Amino acid sequence: MHTVLKGKSKDVIIGPDKPFVIIGEKINPTGNKKLAAALTEGNYPLALTLAQRQIAWGADVLDVNVGVPDLDEVTAIRSLVALLAEQVDLPLCIDSNSPQVLEAGLSVAPGKPLVNSVSAEERSLNAILPIVKDRNAAVIGLTISESGIPKTAEERLALAEKILERAAQKGIPAEDVIIDPVVMTVGSDSKAALVTLQTIELLRREFGVNISLGASNVSFGLPDRHTANQVFLAMAIQAGATCAITDPIKLGQTVRAADLMLGKDDFAMRYIKYFRAAEKRRQEEQLAQSAKP
Amino acid sequence: MSQELLEKMAQSIIDGDADLAAELARQAIAEGLDPLFVITNGYVPGINKVGEAFGAGEAFLPELVMAGEAMKAAVVVLEPELLRKGSERKTLGKVVMATVEGDIHEIGKSLVSTMLSAAGFTVYDMGVDNPSDKIIEKALEVDADIIGLSALLTTTMIRQKEVIDKLDARGLRKKIKVMVGGAPVTREWVQKIEADGYSEDAIGAVAVAKKLMGIEA
Repeated sequence: MHTVLKGKSKDVIIGPDKPFVIIGEKINPTGNKKLAAALTEGNYPLALTLAQRQIAWGADVLDVNVGVPDLDEVTAIRSLVALLAEQVDLPLCIDSNSPQVLEAGLSVAPGKPLVNSVSAEERSLNAILPIVKDRNAAVIGLTISESGIPKTAEERLALAEKILERAAQKGIPAEDVIIDPVVMTVGSDSKAALVTLQTIELLRREFGVNISLGASNVSFGLPDRHTANQVFLAMAIQAGATCAITDPIKLGQTVRAADLMLGKDDFAMRYIKYFRAAEKRRQEEQLAQSAKP
Repeated sequence: MSQELLEKMAQSIIDGDADLAAELARQAIAEGLDPLFVITNGYVPGINKVGEAFGAGEAFLPELVMAGEAMKAAVVVLEPELLRKGSERKTLGKVVMATVEGDIHEIGKSLVSTMLSAAGFTVYDMGVDNPSDKIIEKALEVDADIIGLSALLTTTMIRQKEVIDKLDARGLRKKIKVMVGGAPVTREWVQKIEADGYSEDAIGAVAVAKKLMGIEA
């Protein structure tokens, strides 16, 4: 199954036979005080720089989140998405759990954007799916219900089915629904990653839908998070995940390595190209850093 | 009183060894030691040490979770003895802990619950995704001194304010203190919503709760 996203001038196809798609996570003010302050002041150059840096490091889609307490997020997302729509070729992923913010972002997003996200909760399904349909967007569906995040893969599969059914009733086809089987940290439950991996396999087998992950969550509370993140991402890709909301700067090479191991990279050209480009960028960024007073 | 036993108790918590922690508790009862004394002087120093190491980035989340489990295992053994002796552990205060409505982040809130329980507070942990009214009802039902509110999303932080406003509207602001936390919560936010306490981590939360109860930390 292929999910097609469209940006100003670039299309991205997500699917099991395609290279793994990275949705760059860095335009998000949670935990980024500079970005939070800039967004509050209505200053968007920093967000644009983050967009360009992620693209340079191999992002395929850009997630856009303007969640700052007390900020008029409707206005902020409209301004920022409009700017990105002008300056960036890639498809955008509008990220909020507020229907008004999503609508505002979608109204100015180019092409065919992605919505992050809907859950299997009634209030979410009822509020978000009509917005997705109106804009003919695609949507990420989180396997979370009113009673929380299920402990077993079977229960998460049932929630995915509910989201797919409700989307279909609204006229949103399965290829426009990307299921996120929820990644919890192995820091507090050592079976957490395993349940997610099992859910990915079930989803692939039962529905054949595209599968996304918020991959960095898995290592919360652990030392050497990078190693844990890399290994989990590779295992998830093997299990059937087709895209992830993550940091392209840290994980771009890992993703290309996983694609290569799965026979999706003839003569390792993407892997090698990425390596060369990354080396160059590292040098450039170091130079730029040392040039600062 | 065996200093050695107390040190073993602390170490069992630091090692996250629930079986040993429970075994040492049974040993203490057999030796006729005061259960309250061994909790305060044996187990609590252990969990405080893990908590401090976690705060300093030297211990990691699984170790804190294990220490919490070991602590629980010891208290389960000691509780019947406490009740039998009628010397129920004097509570430092009653705290209702909850993650706010629309938010399902669990870990931080549970860590704070564990640390507050260990320190001697009576904690009612309501879990995640709790509507503001439900939290207030629970606080009234158990006669809570403090409500602890966790929010991990900028879109759900507003619920912390909602709880405070609703307490205010019902004239309960003086009676029930509110402490807040969560990754996106800042000091500016805390001042703006006029919360009574805020901490960046679970260890700090104990000091804040003690301060709210007028106890020297």
